[in-house]
Amino acid sequence: MVLVEAIILSVLAASTPLLLAATGELVTERSGVLNLGVEGMMIVGAACGFGGAWLSGSIIVGALCGIVAGMLMSLIFAFMTLGLAVNQVATGLALTILGTGLSGLIGARFVGERISTAPHLSIPGLSDIPLVGRIAFGEDAFVYLSLVLIIAVWWFLYRTRAGLVLRACGDNHVSAHALGYPVLRIRLLAVLFGGGCAGLAGAYLPLAYTPFFIPGMTAGRGWIALALVVFASWRPGRLVIGAYLFGAVTILQLHAQGAGVGIPSQFMSALPYLATVIVLVLLSRARTGGSTAPAALGTVFVPDR
Amino acid sequence: MQLVLEKRAERSRTIALVSPLIAIGLTLVTMSVLFAVLGKNPITALGVYFIAPLTDGYSLQEIAVKATPLVMIAIGLSLCYLANAWNIGAEGQFLIGAVAGSWIAVKTQGTEAGHWVLPAMLVAGAAAGALYALIPALCRVKFGASEILISLMLVYVADLLLDYLVRGPWRDPAGFNFPTTAEFDPVATVPVLIEGGRLHLGSIIALIVVAGAFVLLERTIKGFEIRVVGVAPRAARFGGFNANQLILLTFAVSGALAGLAGIIEVAGPIGHLQPGISPGYGFTAIIVAFLGRLNPVGIFIAGLFLALTFIGGEQAQITMKIPLDVTKVFQGILLFYVLACDSLILYRFKLVFAARQVQSGAG
Repeated sequence: MVLVEAIILSVLAASTPLLLAATGELVTERSGVLNLGVEGMMIVGAACGFGGAWLSGSIIVGALCGIVAGMLMSLIFAFMTLGLAVNQVATGLALTILGTGLSGLIGARFVGERISTAPHLSIPGLSDIPLVGRIAFGEDAFVYLSLVLIIAVWWFLYRTRAGLVLRACGDNHVSAHALGYPVLRIRLLAVLFGGGCAGLAGAYLPLAYTPFFIPGMTAGRGWIALALVVFASWRPGRLVIGAYLFGAVTILQLHAQGAGVGIPSQFMSALPYLATVIVLVLLSRARTGGSTAPAALGTVFVPDR
Repeated sequence: MQLVLEKRAERSRTIALVSPLIAIGLTLVTMSVLFAVLGKNPITALGVYFIAPLTDGYSLQEIAVKATPLVMIAIGLSLCYLANAWNIGAEGQFLIGAVAGSWIAVKTQGTEAGHWVLPAMLVAGAAAGALYALIPALCRVKFGASEILISLMLVYVADLLLDYLVRGPWRDPAGFNFPTTAEFDPVATVPVLIEGGRLHLGSIIALIVVAGAFVLLERTIKGFEIRVVGVAPRAARFGGFNANQLILLTFAVSGALAGLAGIIEVAGPIGHLQPGISPGYGFTAIIVAFLGRLNPVGIFIAGLFLALTFIGGEQAQITMKIPLDVTKVFQGILLFYVLACDSLILYRFKLVFAARQVQSGAG
């Protein structure tokens, strides 16, 4: 039972950065913007998040630094793609290349330092319930925050007028514009939200997952988050399932390595990436009747005024 | 105040030629600010980055050596991008090419194998790169899956495979437990062009690739098809061009070139297979492709320029203690400016003050 509990706890921890980043990207893509720079925003968020926490001694300050860093990165993206109507795919790649460099530059002085990670909650009574207690009431705050966030996004997208307008921008920007909605401004807000989430997801890694910062510590999680949005067919509910499935695959390979399974560790480490490929293929195959992606996703919009 | 884009009636040819230069200029200004922030003298730093490597023969050779993989990969990527297919996993195809070619080198090590070894390695590298690139291309064509994400995931897989091989079955028993194969035999090594230098045959191959791409794009029907599919997919369909077939073709070619670059790098300047054989060539080549305006000659020049930043970056690290990551920041910023300046070709930027109502097309 202890092992099962440990596995579930580590799955939750491994899934949280994926869920956070993918939640932000889901909103961005629902507004019609494809930001491929998630990995770049995450890695800068990780460096700034660790830096903030190390300098201030506060996990919360660290998390805020990560969010702000992610938002600043996404602001560059928004200026390029919304302001200057530059191709979104190429700009997203540029954001990742820039982010990798910036993260190394910012994080260089923090390599080798350690902080104490975000504490796990402890609610007397509830957290002490065997098995369920630790899992339901004993995680670090980020885990709950990520779940609250995705529920809030679901509520916003499907239960509010603003969410309806945002989805309209993603499906048909010309009509949304004709109806008088400020398409570019709505997209800007969606991109900023995505950046903040990616920054927080990056910051989660050194603040709660491991107590240190290493360059390249996101290790492709930003790209997996992008794949998760496709996996979820742009729906919040499926995103949660997808994120936890991928977290499980990540943890599975770690535990298999620990248990001394006779497969080389590199093959096990490749599992999450291979799983992503397989999932993308299976889903795209199942969806032959037309894509569920926002219709205007990735297209440039220049209002003719 | 509001920034407003106005579509140009025609693509501006002048700006198309000048825009990469504007982008480089803006990048240099931004870098000066960054150097100043890092507490270094910007003028000295820019000198170390961009002037010093051009002043001695050794560095010039190094630039050519670094430009070789960049140009080869970028030429392949430009074909994909022209056809509107997004191969961004060239890094993985580069690594797989290196692995496949090295397999022959490792298997023939210490045997009496003749001069067929190197050609066989080059062919194996190119073939492996092409096959690896066909995975995302087939997933896109057959199932409509995102070639961007799949080609990228395969980068991580290739990296892990390489890591496994040099730590496991291919590790040099006499290598003091370092994760590397033994040095390749002379027959498995790309020959150098200048005695005692580092410039190697691969640079000539890269020049041939540039010439080949130029002929393909300017003088053949296939090249025309690639351009039309990219610029006007609808027109291409009416013209009977098969877009899916072109995706497979351009991916295969770009994968082959990346794979070839990979095995040339390993059998040439490096001399053995080990982790970290690429300082991100596959990703930097994306910048080279765009900076070169997806044009073979432009890519050749852009490749030399980005190679200069690699060499300059190493110099700046040694002499001025400027972290190596500055080079990546430089490359990222450069790509942003290149893309932003490209926007000038299609649009006119206008700053509009106050929200006044403009009567458009009154009549």
